[in-house]
Amino acid sequence: MMTHVLAAQSAQIAVPGVEYSVAWPAVIPFVGALAILLQLAVTKRPIAARNYTMFTVALFGTSIGSVVYLWDQFWTRGPFDAFSRSIVVDGFGLFVATLILVGAIGVQLIALPYLQRQQLPVAEFSILQLCATTGALLMVMSNDLIVLFLGVEILSIALYVLAAFNRRRRVSGEAAIKYFILGSFASAVLLYGIALTYGATGNTNISQIRDFLAVNQEAALGNGLMLAGMGLLLVGLCFKVAAVPFHMWTPDVYQGSPTPVTAYMAGVAKAAGFAALIRVFFSAFPALIDAWRPLFYVSAVLTLLVGSVLAIVQRDVKRMLAYSSISHAGFMLLGVQSGTIQGREGVLVYLLSYLFVVLGSFTIVSMVGGQRDSAHSLADYQGLARHRPVLAACFTLFLLAQAGVPGTSGFIAKFGVILASTDAEAYPLAVIAMLSAAIAAFFYLRLALVMYGGSSSITPTTSQDDGVIPLDELADGEVRREGKSRLVIGLPQAIVLAASVTVTIAVGVFPALAFNLAQSATLMLR
Amino acid sequence: MGTLSALVAVPFVGALAVACVGRTRTDVLRAVVVATLAVELALAAYVVSQFDAGNGGFQFVVNTPWIQQFGISWHLGIDGISLWLVALTAILFPIAAFGPPIKHDPKPYLAWLLILQGGVMGSFLSLDLFLFFVFFELVLVPMYFLIAGWGYDKRAYASLKFFLYTLFGSAFLLVAIVSLAVLHERATGVLTFDLIQLGTGAGLTTTAATLLFFAFAIGFGVKVPLFPLHTWLPDAHTQAPTAGSVILAGVMLKLGTYGFLRFSLYLFPQQSADYAWVLLTLATIGIVYTAIVAAMQKDLKRLIAYSSVAHLGFIVLGTFALTRQGISGAVLQNINHGVSTGALFLMVGMISDRRHTRSIAELKGILKVAPVMGGVFLLVVLSSIGVPGLNGFVGEFSILLGTFISHRWFAVVAATGVILAAVYMLWAYQRSFHGSPDQANSTIKDLTTRERVQLAPLLILIVGMGLFPKPFLDRINPTVNNLIAHIESRSDYREPQRANEAAPEATGEHSGHSSGADHGSGETK
Repeated sequence: MMTHVLAAQSAQIAVPGVEYSVAWPAVIPFVGALAILLQLAVTKRPIAARNYTMFTVALFGTSIGSVVYLWDQFWTRGPFDAFSRSIVVDGFGLFVATLILVGAIGVQLIALPYLQRQQLPVAEFSILQLCATTGALLMVMSNDLIVLFLGVEILSIALYVLAAFNRRRRVSGEAAIKYFILGSFASAVLLYGIALTYGATGNTNISQIRDFLAVNQEAALGNGLMLAGMGLLLVGLCFKVAAVPFHMWTPDVYQGSPTPVTAYMAGVAKAAGFAALIRVFFSAFPALIDAWRPLFYVSAVLTLLVGSVLAIVQRDVKRMLAYSSISHAGFMLLGVQSGTIQGREGVLVYLLSYLFVVLGSFTIVSMVGGQRDSAHSLADYQGLARHRPVLAACFTLFLLAQAGVPGTSGFIAKFGVILASTDAEAYPLAVIAMLSAAIAAFFYLRLALVMYGGSSSITPTTSQDDGVIPLDELADGEVRREGKSRLVIGLPQAIVLAASVTVTIAVGVFPALAFNLAQSATLMLR
Repeated sequence: MGTLSALVAVPFVGALAVACVGRTRTDVLRAVVVATLAVELALAAYVVSQFDAGNGGFQFVVNTPWIQQFGISWHLGIDGISLWLVALTAILFPIAAFGPPIKHDPKPYLAWLLILQGGVMGSFLSLDLFLFFVFFELVLVPMYFLIAGWGYDKRAYASLKFFLYTLFGSAFLLVAIVSLAVLHERATGVLTFDLIQLGTGAGLTTTAATLLFFAFAIGFGVKVPLFPLHTWLPDAHTQAPTAGSVILAGVMLKLGTYGFLRFSLYLFPQQSADYAWVLLTLATIGIVYTAIVAAMQKDLKRLIAYSSVAHLGFIVLGTFALTRQGISGAVLQNINHGVSTGALFLMVGMISDRRHTRSIAELKGILKVAPVMGGVFLLVVLSSIGVPGLNGFVGEFSILLGTFISHRWFAVVAATGVILAAVYMLWAYQRSFHGSPDQANSTIKDLTTRERVQLAPLLILIVGMGLFPKPFLDRINPTVNNLIAHIESRSDYREPQRANEAAPEATGEHSGHSSGADHGSGETK
C-alpha cells in the first residue's frame, strides 16, 4: 500500500495544472442552484413547478454524466487527485457519488407531488436540495479534512432548512431546531477533531496524515492529542450517520421533517456520512486501526440493539423507519468495524441496496401520509392492500428487503457485511447483528400485516385528517371519507417505485452484479 | 438447465403467472395452478423413476456459478435422503392447494403456496450452503403470509411467533455458514460454500467445529422443532389454515431434520458423534414430554401438533443414533410423518369445517353419523401411532432399533413415547368418534367424493409403505451407507457392530410390538 502511494505521488507530480473536470460533479448542482436563484430574482412570471423539477433532475443527470466521465478517466489513469490533493477521484468516491445523485433524483421526483399537495414552493426546495447534494458530493470526493468539513456543513445547513420546509407544520419546525442545535454541536466536535488531528500530525490532507502516521505509528498510538482528535472525528461523523449513542436526534427529526426530506436524510445523507467515515478511518487512520476498531465494535452493538429494540414500540411509521435506519447503520458499522477491503465492499453494497429500499419506502409513506403529511400511524395503513394492492405489494417488498429476506437486496447487503465481519473474526458481533435483524423483522412484518389485515382487528379510527379540510379538497367539491382511496400513483412516484423495485429484486437475484461494482469501486483509497 | 433446476424453478414461474392473472378470473387462476402443480408432480415422478437405486451419491447434479466472488454456485443434487422428500413435496402441495376450501382471496393464497413449494424444493435440493440458506429463509415468508392471511382468530400472534423463532435460529445458522466458509478459505485459499468441499473439514479446529455444530443445531433445532425450542409450533399449527398445517407438518418441519441429516452429520462428523448425547437427550425429553402434553390437550388440532413434536423427536433420535438403521429409519420416518400427519391435519380441517369447533369435548360419536370419515381417521391414527402393517411402524421400529444398538437407554426411554402416543391418540379418537352423537354432532356429513379423492393418495401411501417398504429403503440405504462411511472417515467414531439377531427382539419388547420381525427384516437388509 505504502509503495503504491509513493508511486502514485511521483506520478502525480508529472501531471501539472488544475483539472477542473474533477470538480464538475459537485459544481454542476451548485451552479444550477444559483441559476434558479437568479431566475427567481429576475423573472416576474411564475414558472410551473414541474419545470423546476425537470431542471433539477436534468442537472443531477448531467452531474452523473460528469461522474461517468471521471469514472472513465479513473479506469485509464487509476486514482488521481486534484486541487492540491484535496479532491480525489477514485472508484469509491465515484460509486458513492453516483448513489447520491441517483438518490437525489429520486427524492426530487417524490417531492414534486408532495410539495404541490402541500402548496409549498418547488423552486426553493430544488435550490436547497441542489446545495445539499453539492455538499454530499464534496464529502465523498474530499481528500482533505477541511474540504470534508466544508461538505458536511454545506449538506447540513441545507438540510436544517429542508427539515423546516413545511412551515405550516409545527413538528417540522421543532425537528429543524432540534436538528440544527444538535447538528451544529456535532459539527463543532468534528471541527475540533480536525484541529487536534492537525495538531498531532501537522496536516489536514488525508493522504499526508496517512503517510505521517504510517511512519510514526508507535508514537501516534501513544499520543493523546492524536487519539483525542481521532475520537472527536469519530463522534462527529457517527452523529451524521446516526450511530448510537449519537442517534438521539434521528427519531424526532425523521418524524417531523417533510417525508421527502426524511428520505433524503435516510438515503443520501447517510450514504455521504458513511463515505466520509470510511474515507477518514480507512484512508487517514489505517495505522490506528487497533485504536478505532473497538470503538466501532461497541457502537455497532449498541446501534444494532437500540435501533431494532426501540423500533418495536413505535406506533408511528416514520418514527419506526427512523429506528430502522439506525439499525441499518449498525449493519453498515459492521463493515466499517472490520477495517478490511471486504468490509468496505460490504458497506457499499449495503448503501446501494438500502438507498433504493429507502426511496421506495418513503415514496409510499409520503403518499399514504395524505393531505397534511400526518397520517403516519399504523392504523393509517390498515387495509392498504385492499385499496391499493400494487402499493401494498411494493411496500411489502421493501419491508421484506429491510428485514433481510433472501431474494431481495436486503439479504445480500446483510450477507456482505456479515461475511466481512466474520472474516475479521468478530463472530459475536455477527451473531448479534443477525439476532437484531430477527428482532427488527418483528416490526417490518407487523406493518405488512396491518396492510394486509382486514378491518376486523382494529377498527379504523378517525385519522388526523379530520377536522380541518384543506383548501384544495373543498375546491374538489366533494369531501371524501376514505383517505386511502384517494391515493393516486403519479408518474414521478411510479418511476421511483419501479426503479426501487427493480433494483431491490435485481440485486437480490443477481448479487454478483452489485458485488462486481463494489469491488471495482474499492480499488484504491488514498 | 437440468431436471432439478426445473423442479425448483417451475413453482416460482407458476407463482409469477398467478400474479399476472386478473383477480376475478378464477378459472384461469385454477388452470395455471393446476398446470404448475401437475408439471411439478410429473418432474418429481420422472426423477423418482430415473433415480439409480444402487448409487448412494448425488444424482441429476447441476452446478453453475452464481456469485463467483464468493464461490457460491447453483449446485443442486438429489440422493436417497432427499429423493422421497422431494416426492412428498410434489404430492402434498396439490392436495393442500385444492383440498381444503378457502374463504377469500384465492389468488395470493395460491401464489404464496407455489412460492412455498419452490422454496421447499430448493432447500431439499441445494448442495451449496448459501443457496440452501436462501431457500431455507425464503420459505418463511409465504408460510408467514399463509398463516397471517388465512388462519384462525389468533393468526397474527401465531404467525409472528413462528417467523421470529425461526429467524432467531437462522441468525446462528447464517453466521455459522459464513464462518465455516471463511475458515475453509483460511486453510485452503478457496472461498466456497459448496457442501462437498466444505465437507472435507479443512481449517476446522475442534473448538471451532464444536461451536459451529451447535450453531447449526440451534438453526435446525428451532425448525424441527426440538425441545425446548418447540413452543412456536402448537400455536402456528393451531392458527394456520388447514393447507398451512398440512404443509408445515408435512414438509416444512422436515427442513430441520433434513438439515441435521444433510449438513450437521456431514460437516461435523466428529462433533455429531461426541455431542450426540445432547441431541439424543433433547429428543428423548421431547418425545416423552410432548406426548404427555398432547394427552392433556382439549383442542384436536393442538393435540396433533404436539404429537408432531414427539414424532420429530424420533427422527432426531434416529439421526443421532449414528447407525445405519437409525438414520435409514429417520429418513423414512420423515416421509411417514409427512403423510400421516398431513392426512390428520386434513381431516381435522374437514371436521372443523363441518362443526366449527375442534374441541374434543364437543365432538362425539362421529363414527356413527360419518362412518367413512371415522374409518379413515382411525386408519390414519393407527399409522401415526406406528401400528405394524402401516407406514409409521417401519420407520419408528428402525429408529428404535438403530438407537438401541448405539445408545441403549435412550431407546428404552423413547420407546415409552410409542406407548404414550397410542394412549393420547386413541383416547382422543375414542372421545370424539365413539359413543352416540349428541344433537350438534348428529348432522355431520360424511366424506364427500372430493374429500375422498384428496385423502386417497395419502391412504395408499400409508398402507403401501407399511406393507412394501423395500423400494423406499432400497433407495435410501446406499446413501446412508455413504454417510456413515463419510462420518467414519472423518472422525474416530465407529459404528457399533450390528447385532442383527439379538437387537430386534430386544427392541421389540420395549416398543411393545412383538410381530415386528417380518417387517424388521425388510428394512435392515
